[in-house]
Amino acid sequence: MTRADVLIVGGGGAGCAAALFLARRGASVILLERGQVGSQATGVNYGGVRQQGRHPAGIPLARKAREIWSRLPELTGTDAEFDPCGHLKLARSEADEAELLRWNAIAAEHGLVTRMIGRNAIRADHPYFSDQVVAGSLLAEDGCANPRLLSPALARAARSAGATVLENHAVTALSHRSDGFMVEAGGTTFAAPVLLNCAGFWGGQVAAAFDEPVPIQPLHPNMLVTEPLPRFCPHSLGVVGGGLYLRQISRGNVVFGGGRGSGDEEGLVTRPSATATQASMADAVRLIPRLAGAMVIRSWTGTDGTFADHFPVLGPSRTTPGLIHAFGFCGEGFQLGPGVGLVLSELVLDGRSDVPLEAFDIGRFARQDAQQA
Amino acid sequence: MTVVRVLEADRPRIVLAVDGVPLEARQGDTLLTALLVAGLDGVRTSEFGDGQRAGFCWMGACQDCWVLLEGRGVVRACTTLAEEGMRVTRR
Amino acid sequence: MRVAVVGAGPAGVRAVEQLLRAGIEPAWIEEAPDGGGRIYQRPPPGFARSHRALYGADAKRAQALHATLDALKPRTDWRPETLVWNIRPRDGVLDVVTRGTRPGEIRFDALILCTGAMDRIVPVPGWTMPGVTTLGGAQIALKAQGAAIGARPVFVGTGPLLWLAALQYAKAGASPALVLDTTSFLTKLLATPGLLWNTPTFLRGLRYTAALRARGVTIAEDATPLAIEGEGKVAALRWRDSGWREHVAPCDAVALGWGLKPEAQLADLAGVPFRFDAAQHNWVPERDAAGRSPVPGVYLAGDGAGIGGAEVAEHAGARAALALLEDHGRSVDLALRGHLDGRLRTEARFRAALERAFPFPAHLARRMADATILCRCESVTAGELREAARLGAPEVNRAKALSRVGMGRCQGRVCGPPAAEVLSEALGIPVEQAGRLRGQPPVKPLPMPMVAP
Repeated sequence: MTRADVLIVGGGGAGCAAALFLARRGASVILLERGQVGSQATGVNYGGVRQQGRHPAGIPLARKAREIWSRLPELTGTDAEFDPCGHLKLARSEADEAELLRWNAIAAEHGLVTRMIGRNAIRADHPYFSDQVVAGSLLAEDGCANPRLLSPALARAARSAGATVLENHAVTALSHRSDGFMVEAGGTTFAAPVLLNCAGFWGGQVAAAFDEPVPIQPLHPNMLVTEPLPRFCPHSLGVVGGGLYLRQISRGNVVFGGGRGSGDEEGLVTRPSATATQASMADAVRLIPRLAGAMVIRSWTGTDGTFADHFPVLGPSRTTPGLIHAFGFCGEGFQLGPGVGLVLSELVLDGRSDVPLEAFDIGRFARQDAQQA
Repeated sequence: MTVVRVLEADRPRIVLAVDGVPLEARQGDTLLTALLVAGLDGVRTSEFGDGQRAGFCWMGACQDCWVLLEGRGVVRACTTLAEEGMRVTRR
Repeated sequence: MRVAVVGAGPAGVRAVEQLLRAGIEPAWIEEAPDGGGRIYQRPPPGFARSHRALYGADAKRAQALHATLDALKPRTDWRPETLVWNIRPRDGVLDVVTRGTRPGEIRFDALILCTGAMDRIVPVPGWTMPGVTTLGGAQIALKAQGAAIGARPVFVGTGPLLWLAALQYAKAGASPALVLDTTSFLTKLLATPGLLWNTPTFLRGLRYTAALRARGVTIAEDATPLAIEGEGKVAALRWRDSGWREHVAPCDAVALGWGLKPEAQLADLAGVPFRFDAAQHNWVPERDAAGRSPVPGVYLAGDGAGIGGAEVAEHAGARAALALLEDHGRSVDLALRGHLDGRLRTEARFRAALERAFPFPAHLARRMADATILCRCESVTAGELREAARLGAPEVNRAKALSRVGMGRCQGRVCGPPAAEVLSEALGIPVEQAGRLRGQPPVKPLPMPMVAP
């Protein structure tokens, strides 16, 4: 049996960052990952480092995460291609524009600086948009990064800091006794008084193992990338109402997504959707006519977990002392991952975090059930 | 580039425009053959600063001979037949 | 029963022939404007060379295949210039696009994939320069365009195609400056007993070499290409002979090729598992001797199912169609089935010997200099891939994620095999442990709509 202070199940951004921050503060940490770190939601998403548009309850966490993105080189030796290029959210109607203004007012209360770009200015500054676009709101400190690089970089840093990161260690059994958790993975038994559930969509299975079933659903974002194109688009783009997000990386490729791929029940075998691919291509051309005829060279998807209320589960278990959940980030977890890791390390070592987590409490599902009953 | 006609060179002549300049080809040429026989130094420029490319596989697999064909969009030069009046842009 | 056949090369033609005999009219999808495959590719309208002039010793086979192809096309749902860019195996749908602009769907209950092969490459410094092609490319230029890749080309690689293409060039008046075979004469000699399983083909190979020598073409065996030199266009090949002496061969073009690799991306998307075939040194989709894949309803034939050559492809295409018919409750011609099984067994022995005679020079890929471009789409060097290994990539897909090797427009078709060699060398593991790049749709790039619908 291998003992540690903290066991982490799941090697996505949150799990790897938790391993890093815990190890930096001297805790002994073992992270168990079924495949390779960053193979699922953290590794296959759009790469948006975006605070804009988030629910007010999630803004403090997103702000905390954003601070870490700036510190990635110091923490991990790489920036994971993080580019604070700004997130420009586009309005295609007056109602959309009102929505942008409404959110910007909320953001201001949290100290986030946004800039509205009106009809004339957006025509002048962003001539590549079609007439669909009537306004936009820029959150300049938002940006994007390369999702393939984040988890491996965090995992390397965590290992350097003393954490044990075990890939190809699928968890086969979980239990809790008075003296802590026992987890079997890769033929070995691991024990620790603290268990962090960072298992993404499969975090639902971990929670269920401790009598906390949650109504999690798989989410397979359908992602596309074009051939390298002449640079035209300085910002990461979204639209009010969602459905399309798009950015151009420094090499010229346009990465965009919208709609959903598909997966098996376990969420392990996923594939992009031809229908979603065609719809996204059409949406992108409608928004940015110069993309007409551009070649899409690759598509992909993976598995995230999502809830109907669009909040993740983040915080202590309601059934099992020492268990802390951090999963089901509803397609918005890439930016949050490093911040979630830091919050988890604080919850473990300090017993508290300065970030309000009430909205993410796993107990909310029991309350919702009770209300419905 | 030095692609040379060695067999059945005597086919009817056609004229295309490549980057706005007339270019004589032969009926049955692919765009790749037409451009390279005419002595162009390549059919596309690598986006990553390592010079001209002129295709590689000639069978539609490597995707390294893309040109812009007016009315069609991006096409592989090696699998697209040249036709009279085509307007091709190298990228 | 709705059957779709992808590919109209030797395997596809013979598969469709058997389906039609059984009264099944398949959807027949071909990416090129016409069938024949790369081996029996026909020149476009306007050319008039005879089959004899085009295909030499294979003229009769080519002629027969073309005749069958032309007779079958109108009896099927023939879809030329159509790319299958995705497969939805559970729904039985092929996503297609015709002439790059018209999207569509083809529904199937059973599918025969006859997707062919392409050259297997080892990158040589300078290989992205204009004037460098694959061996197959050099041959297609001559066959389908009457053009030579240069007036004084050099042919580099190993395998039957090296000698055939070089001789075809010599006969066409573009005499090679050098034919460089990375295989030693001894290696080929040792494979001779097995090659006698197909004596005519074996003798043909000897004749090619002799004919090239007779024409005064310089031939180097057991030699190593070092660099393709030139400023923006090919000027010379620097190479080393078996005695480690360096030479410079002035030339204006270079053709590279070390055998073939299956174009098996669609099998991958259909969910067919792959295995590393050590004799071929290729990843091949799993299938039984008749062409059944482990995925119900999906059949594989021809070089896309493992390299066998054109003769094998014809037999395998017919055999896969028979397997499909039997699996769907149709009776088949048992004499034909027995004949095909026998031929395929004999041909497999010959192929095994051929692989021994012309081995893939994995060591050349493994020794690639750090500065050499490995992935030509993304301009990623071998050194950058080795850095991904250092960062902990245990197999090629993670190495791709970290380094962008194989992430470009060709989807790793070209750089995949050498990348696996470089990675396995860097990690100190067998090449099969380095894995293979997983296929992703679209299998070839897909244009965004020209006008938003």
